[in-house]
Parts: sequence; structure tokens; C-alpha cells
Amino acid sequence: MSEIGHYSEVWAHRTPRARLLRWMGWLALVALFVWCWQVMTETTIWAFVSDAPRQAADIGSRMWPPRLSYLPELMGPLWDTINIATLGTLGGVIMAVPVAFMAARNTTPSPHILRPIALFIIVASRSINSLIWALLLVAIIGPGLLAGIVAIALRSIGFVGKLLYEAIEETDARQIEAVTATGASAAQVVNYGIVPQIMPAFWGITVFRWDINIRESTILGLVGAGGIGLKLQASLNVLAWPQVTVILLLILATVVLSEWVSARMRHAII
Amino acid sequence: MLHLKGLSKTYKTGDTALSDVTLDVPKGQIMGLIGPSGAGKSTLIRCINRLVEPTAGAVMLGDVDLAKLGKRELRRQRRRIGMIFQEYALVERLTVMENVLSGRLGYVPFWRSFLRRYPPADIQNAYRLLDRVGLMEHADKRADALSGGQRQRVGIARALAQEPELLLVDEPTASLDPKTSRQIMRLLTEICAERGLPAIVNIHDVPLAQQFMQRIVGLRAGRVVFDGPPEALTETALTEIYGAEDWNAMRAGDREQAEAEAEALARMEAIV
Amino acid sequence: MTTYPSTWRRPPQIVTDRRWRIALQLGILAYLVLAVGSVDVDWARVAAGIERGQRFVLGFLQPDFTSRWKDIAQGLKESLTMTLTSTVVGVAISVPIGIGAARNLAPRWIYYICRSIIAVSRALQEIIIAIFLVAMFGFGPFAGFLTLSFATIGFIAKLLADDIEEIDEAQAEAVRATGASWGQLVNYAVQPQVMPRLIGLSLYRLDINFRESAVIGIVGAGGIGATLNTAIDRYEYDSAGAILLIIIGIVMVAEYGSSYLRKFLQ
Repeated sequence: MSEIGHYSEVWAHRTPRARLLRWMGWLALVALFVWCWQVMTETTIWAFVSDAPRQAADIGSRMWPPRLSYLPELMGPLWDTINIATLGTLGGVIMAVPVAFMAARNTTPSPHILRPIALFIIVASRSINSLIWALLLVAIIGPGLLAGIVAIALRSIGFVGKLLYEAIEETDARQIEAVTATGASAAQVVNYGIVPQIMPAFWGITVFRWDINIRESTILGLVGAGGIGLKLQASLNVLAWPQVTVILLLILATVVLSEWVSARMRHAII
Repeated sequence: MLHLKGLSKTYKTGDTALSDVTLDVPKGQIMGLIGPSGAGKSTLIRCINRLVEPTAGAVMLGDVDLAKLGKRELRRQRRRIGMIFQEYALVERLTVMENVLSGRLGYVPFWRSFLRRYPPADIQNAYRLLDRVGLMEHADKRADALSGGQRQRVGIARALAQEPELLLVDEPTASLDPKTSRQIMRLLTEICAERGLPAIVNIHDVPLAQQFMQRIVGLRAGRVVFDGPPEALTETALTEIYGAEDWNAMRAGDREQAEAEAEALARMEAIV
Repeated sequence: MTTYPSTWRRPPQIVTDRRWRIALQLGILAYLVLAVGSVDVDWARVAAGIERGQRFVLGFLQPDFTSRWKDIAQGLKESLTMTLTSTVVGVAISVPIGIGAARNLAPRWIYYICRSIIAVSRALQEIIIAIFLVAMFGFGPFAGFLTLSFATIGFIAKLLADDIEEIDEAQAEAVRATGASWGQLVNYAVQPQVMPRLIGLSLYRLDINFRESAVIGIVGAGGIGATLNTAIDRYEYDSAGAILLIIIGIVMVAEYGSSYLRKFLQ
């Protein structure tokens, strides 16, 4: 053909096959959704659901006005909550550092034994929410602050460990090579070649996790692990809604404040 | 001083970077290593202090064969070889002083290096070296606050802090402007002359090599094709080394560079 | 011949003033003493707990999948269905809110409304939302579904809005220059730029929702968390270990699966 007769009048972004696949994909997703919806709502009592707006209005009216005179009583538990988060972060970071060095490809002492173990520790810690850790620990070592601190620490290992080992793997190899070339031992290479490079990441991750931990530690009391959550649980049990409002407002203020502090600190570091 | 015997390196990918290189570097000689990228310059220099593991041959430094050493002994021998890098390779977030003192790492126990409590003699010497390279007042600055030329001076001071018997210099001027390049080369040759230090300098800039080197070795495809004084480096000799316009060799060059770096990296994993 | 100093100390990097540094160090020390002091530990109880801890570790090493399998299966079924439906619904609601919360697309008043919805959803813990929704809608996975959908909105809509605000203005400008309507602008200039990321975020959120679904059961919102809570309350550590292992396994599969799927879709 030496001459183009006419241009095609339909223009399609994708080939018909690709379009078909896409539509099939979406269809499958919709079907899956409908099926899941039916399975999930098997046991739902719809009378409760239709009653929900009335319930919401009822709870709302009970919650207002907040009982502000309850505030002084909350200061002790708030202090506990902050301690759970801070000490828990501290413990978590201390445990996460060796795990991160074992998990990073360029520093692991044994890629076939210790590295998979370290990676499993990280996944296990990350998969299990701190509230579940707290639930377990309250059953094991009894209710109180200690259970909360350990729960926060255990949950932090995975988070800090993962981000830190990624930072270790991203270090500049030339700086490490140069330190090695001086005849430094392995420990000295880590100390001079790697640690200075990951320090900003380390502090950033720690402060970020502390901020998250403040959030999480506010609710640990629901399962008995101390802090302001204990008061929330107690107030919910006796349906003291005006107190619940005060507690929620206080939690909200704490979370906002800690977010501000952590943002400022990260800014100062980087 | 340094004697290479039949040094060869074949990478895991099957690329041969060095084949049967035999060289002698006497005390006090500054030897320039030229050749197209990919000729095996990076590999050669890294085979000497075994950042890259040679496949065959011997690396005699004095009467020690570096190619045969175990991990611990290798570390002790590395102290005798100072290395200066293309992009300075300073630890950016440490101070200039710490970078210079890191040249002493092979000599001091871990606790000293960890607490930054080096023996007084080391510190005095570090100050002397910083003064020698003209950075006395920058000792407490962080390395990333310095300019390129200043960083390379710190790199030189670090290598000298090792009190080395041999300097390996990998493209010292590749990331510097022409004027600074000349200054750095002058400083290097002066220092080598002062101390009677032999040096092997990888260099891609032929005029610079002719100006500063006492002896030039030309590498092509992993083999020594030229070895003589700078004056003997004629047009024909250069064509012999660089080829007319050997684009294939150029492309292989990037690969060789990447492989040398990759292997050094992999070795890092084994060491750390 | 000049003499050189024989001592050197690393200059402080962050807090350069000596007095501030000392004050800061003392402050941290004082805080740690006070904080550790306020943790009163009943060591007898902890000692008693060590035996239970051993049993838990044993249960974790020799998990019992069979004796409570019916409960576990029921919990898993609720968790998984809840995860999927809430992610789909949450993302579907997030898209208009995310567009509304993008400064470069939405009018001022819509922008503020959408941003405040996002702020509320992000500030409240899933657990706290779940407590209220369970109180309103009764126990069971439906309350859990609503909780996770609501939490998804805060997450996806915020990141989506931030993404839209960062799109390449030149492309949007080019489309606008052709005389396109607002809808066409979104369709041609915005959607192609943010779609891959939206899919990635949705998959990531699916993963998070599953993990969260294991938690909100503790306050009665259905799912595997409820089963786990019961198992721990009954001190059945081998069943609890089995449940935890299942959660870890599913999270791992989800992580690998979603990274694979993301690569496949791009």
C-alpha cells in the first residue's frame, strides 16, 4: 500500500484484549465485594442498624456537656500514658537496633540464618497490634504500666527495625569502602562508615514512632495496661458519658500536641 | 617495593578485567596508570589492597604476599597501604578531624576509636597533616561543609595518617575543576617526594599524567601495553593504548567500572 | 617548628551551648528517674507470670489449630470479608473527598469541609470509633466494617489529596487550555497521574485494614480479634498462638501479594 486511504474512525486507548481483561478484573472485584458483603452481614441484626441514628442522637445528647471537673483526676493517668509511650519507645529502639543490623543485607553476620530470623521478628512485631500485645502481656504479667510499656516496645521493634534496616542498606558504599581500606575492623567500619550515615534516619524514625506510640498508648488501658485508657474503660462501664467526652478531648489534645512536637523535632534533626 | 606477578581478575560475569599483569614499583616512584575506561585500572588498584579479590597471581608488598592473607592479617597489612578515592569518599557526617583520625583505625583498639580518644601522638600527627594540606582551621568542621578540593585534601591527610608505605590513588581529580586538579596533583607529588612514598595513580587525564608522573603504564583490555617515562608517550603509543576509536571498548569500560564497584561492595558485606 | 595540640575533642553537633547541653542532659535524666519511678511493678505477679509466659511461648511453638477451629474460621471469615468490603467502600468514598480536599481543584468551602472530615477521621483511634459504633449498631462485624471504612477515608483521602496537589501543573494547564470542562480536567489531567498511586495506596490500606480488623474485635466489632480475646481470656495459649500465627501469615502473604500486584499493574 503506497497511500493511506483513510484514518481509523475509532481510536482506542488499549487493545481490545487488555480492555477485556480490565473489565473482567473490575467485574471480579464487584462480585467479590457482593459476596463478602453477604457473608459479613449474615448475622447482622438490621433492626439495630436502622435504630442507629436514634442511638447516636441519644449518646450524643448524653455526652454533652462534658464534665470538666473530671479533668484533674485525669492528669495522673495522662502522665502514665506519656511514660508508657516514651519508655516503650526507648525499649523498642534498644531492641530494634541489633535486629536492624542483622536484617540489613550489607551488615548481617549470617545471611542464611540470622537474617531470616531478624526479618521474621520484624514481620511478627509489625503484624501484631500493640493492643493485642497488651492483651497478651496483661494476661501474662498482670495489669499495669509494665504490660503497656512492654507491649509498646514489642510493637515498636518491627517498625523501627524495618525502617532502620532499609536506611542501613541505602548507605553510601564508597564511604564504607574507604573506611575498610584503612585496615579498620568490622566494628570500626560500622562505627565510622555506617553509623554516621544512618544517624539522621535513626532519630527521625525514633521520634516518629514515639508520636505513634503516644496515640497507641492512650487506648492500652482498655485491656488493663495502664494509662488514660483505664479511665475511659471505667467511664464506659458505668455509662458516664460526660466523662467520656472529657477523656476523648484530652486524648485528642495530647495527640495533636505530640504530633506537633515530633514534627518540630524531626525538622530540627533534618 | 611493590611487585605484582601475573595478576589476573575475571569477574563472576565472565568478563576478564586483568590478565597476567606483572609490574614493579620501586620505593619513591610515582607511577601513573592510564588507559581507556574499562582497561582494568580500577580493578588493578583494588586488587592490590584486595577490595577486589584477584583470581590469580601474587601481590608482593615488601616480602608479604597480600593475595594469600587471611582476613585478620589482611586488615593489618591494609594499614600499610593508603588509598585516595575518586569522589573523596569521606564520611560526610563526621568532622574533618575524625576523618583524618580514621586513618588510624587499623592501629587503635575499638574502644579508643569509639570514644574518639586517640593516643596524643596520633592527634598531634593528624594536626600536622592537616596543617601540611592547608586545612588547619577546618579541623572541627563537618566534611560535607568543605569544597571538593578541600575534601580531597582531607582524603590525602587520611591516607597519610596511616603512615603508609604505598599510596593507591584512584582518579584523584575526576570530580575537580582543572585548576584545583593541578593543585591536588602538585600536593600529592610533593608529599610523595618528601616521604619517599611510592604511589600508583589512576588517571584519565593524559596531559596531567605527563606533567606529574615519573613513569607511565598504559593498560588496554587488562594488559600492560605501555611502560615507560612520560616523554616516551608518543602519538603512536597513545593510539596503542586508547585505540583509534574503539567504541566497543568504551562500552565494556562502563561495565568494568560497575563490576569493580559491585565486587568491592560484595566484599564489604563479607567483611562487615 | 610549631607544636601541635595533642588532644582533640569532638565538638558538639546539635546543642552547641554548654549550659544548655548540661541542662538538657539533666532534664532527660530527671525525667527517666521520675518515669521509671512511677512504674510500680508487682514483682510477685510478674514472677507468677513467667510460668504463664513460658506456656504462651510453648503455645506459640506448638499452636493448636484444631480444637477451636470453628471459632477461628468464623473469626477469620468475618475479618477477611470486613477487610475487603471496608476497603472498597472506604476508597470509593475517599475519592470524591480526596478531590474535594485538593486545593487546586476544589472551591474554598468544599476544601475546608473535606479537610475537616479527614482531620476527624485521622485524629480518632480506630478502637475509639469502634466503641461508639458498637454502641450504636450493636455487636458484630457490621460495626467493624463501618469503623474500618471510616478510618480508610482519613488515610486514603489525605494521601490522595496531597498527591493531587502535587500533580504536574503543566499537564493540567495544557488540558485546561483545550477548553476542557472541570470533569474532563479531572479525567484527563489528574486521573492518569494519580491512578497508579491510588491503586498502590488501596492495596496498602487493605493490608492495614486486615491488621486492624484483628484489633477492633476486642471491643466487640467482630472478626478474628474477638476470637483471640476469648482465647486469651480462657488462658488457651495454644489456640491464641495459632491465631497469632495465622495473622502473621496472612499479613506476610498480603505484603508480598500487594507488592507483586503493584508491579503487575504498572
